[in-house]
Amino acid sequence: MIPDDLLYAKSHEWVLIEGDIATVGITDFAQEQLGDLTFVELPEVGDTFEAGSEMGSVESVKAASEIYSPVSGEVIEVNESLEDNPEKVNEEPYGDGWLLKFKIKGTPEGLLDADEYATVVESEAH
Amino acid sequence: MPYVPHTEDEVREMLAVIGVDSVEDLFAEITEDMRPQSFDLPEGLSEMEVLSKLEAMAAKNTINSVSFLGAGFYDHYIPAAVDALTMRGEFYTAYTPYQPEASQGTLQAIFEYQTGVTRLLGMEYANASVYDGGTALYEALMMAVRKTKRRKVIVSEALNPIYRVMLDSYTSNLDIEFVTVPHKDGLTDIPGLKAALDTDTAALLVQNPNFFGSINDFTELFAAAKAVKAVSIISSYPVLQTLLKTPGAMGADIAVAEGQSLGLPLSFGGPYLGIMTCNKEMIRQMPGRIVGRTEDSEGRTGYVLTLQAREQHIRRQKATSNICSNQSLCALRALVHMCALGELGLKRAARISVERAHICAERLTAIPGVKMLTKGAFGNEFAVILPVNAYEVIAKLTERGFVPGFPLGRYFDGLENGLLVACTEKTSEEQIGIFAEMLRGALK
Repeated sequence: MIPDDLLYAKSHEWVLIEGDIATVGITDFAQEQLGDLTFVELPEVGDTFEAGSEMGSVESVKAASEIYSPVSGEVIEVNESLEDNPEKVNEEPYGDGWLLKFKIKGTPEGLLDADEYATVVESEAH
Repeated sequence: MPYVPHTEDEVREMLAVIGVDSVEDLFAEITEDMRPQSFDLPEGLSEMEVLSKLEAMAAKNTINSVSFLGAGFYDHYIPAAVDALTMRGEFYTAYTPYQPEASQGTLQAIFEYQTGVTRLLGMEYANASVYDGGTALYEALMMAVRKTKRRKVIVSEALNPIYRVMLDSYTSNLDIEFVTVPHKDGLTDIPGLKAALDTDTAALLVQNPNFFGSINDFTELFAAAKAVKAVSIISSYPVLQTLLKTPGAMGADIAVAEGQSLGLPLSFGGPYLGIMTCNKEMIRQMPGRIVGRTEDSEGRTGYVLTLQAREQHIRRQKATSNICSNQSLCALRALVHMCALGELGLKRAARISVERAHICAERLTAIPGVKMLTKGAFGNEFAVILPVNAYEVIAKLTERGFVPGFPLGRYFDGLENGLLVACTEKTSEEQIGIFAEMLRGALK
């Protein structure tokens, strides 16, 4: 499941860009690999990140992985409902399971479209 | 469960499965020169010979001296139940088995230990323990550094200097900046600590009672730390905790303690027990094992390791810690000790210890030239300033079977005449009287 209207990072985050606002989550493939999520650690509103830098982590029953910022910018909103309901990321990775919103700085670079990301997933799934 | 790793039969069986003839063949890849040439072991001895050799060595120890030595480690009475229960075969092993299928007893004991220490310190969560109080303090500091992503740590100089040496050693290759706020004639400099706090501060490290025995309330200081989002870490003394305001009530984020005073003999420095507790915001940063209570598929209560995704067997270099083995057997001793004494027993032990120390302080300061260093409220330990170098007195009295205390000059410049004196419920008034008279004589 790889929606066409989103952009992707190789590290399995998705980005929805609307003007200078980017909404970020982890992909369906990522949530499936991790298994049932038990905890999502997110940065705070006001924190700034460069594209590709570590911004938090997701923890499942079997693993904990870092999540990386797909764009450069400032965090303007985090999905606080994940604190009590991390399973939303498993249930709706592209919907209610979004992680955070950025105010983008500069032009996003190096992101993949749905087809390119599908190739990444295919190579990693085997 | 048996604690023999594998029998010869099992070794043969495993070799057969992988199709190797002998253990020698299994390690054939390792060239001759890479193998240990000799373990340099002496010839074997009979049981009788070994026993007499070890007894002769043990006889060199001084074991029956009367001790007023504390400095973070205290000679409290240990009920016989502690030895009897912890030495049961089900528990008595250097290894801690964690498989829930095979180890419900061990896991339940750890869970109850965690419950006991959180209640004692008034905190929300505990881990299964770490090596000792100093290691617990280091791990607490690293929790704060990870959580805040800052590198400055404010340390009170009235924190046990033994811990401060350990922290320096553990962090010597890490990018951490220590700011040490000097003690003020043995008192924790609370205004000084408060002034040192800023938005670059990862953690604040204090101790109650402090190294000189003074009792503090850090509530306001911890609130000030919270205001700049710094993590408040307190090192506490479990036995006295039954009388003092708890770290939780003061608003500490992390409370650690040396657990030795809960049922562990002093035995020349270890093995001891590092107690670690924290509040909910810090739990994801807590290193080491944590046992949780849950239900199995049939609804029965069971115990399992929880929050394991933080740990080194899953996260390797990103683990919360790589030196976080738990002291399971020592933790069990602490649990049995707490249960055997109960709240009332622990309180009585603490009260008597404090009373004796106050009697002792009165007797010692009645000697001409001996002055109190510790001001204000103190627990079962206090510091005095002698008219001579403390080492002189320690040498004289130790020779006669009385260890008078800890020489402050060992860690504090300018306090060469300072002596730190501790009492427990084992210290009798008679011993205090003899100690005072011996000191009076030594100072003449």
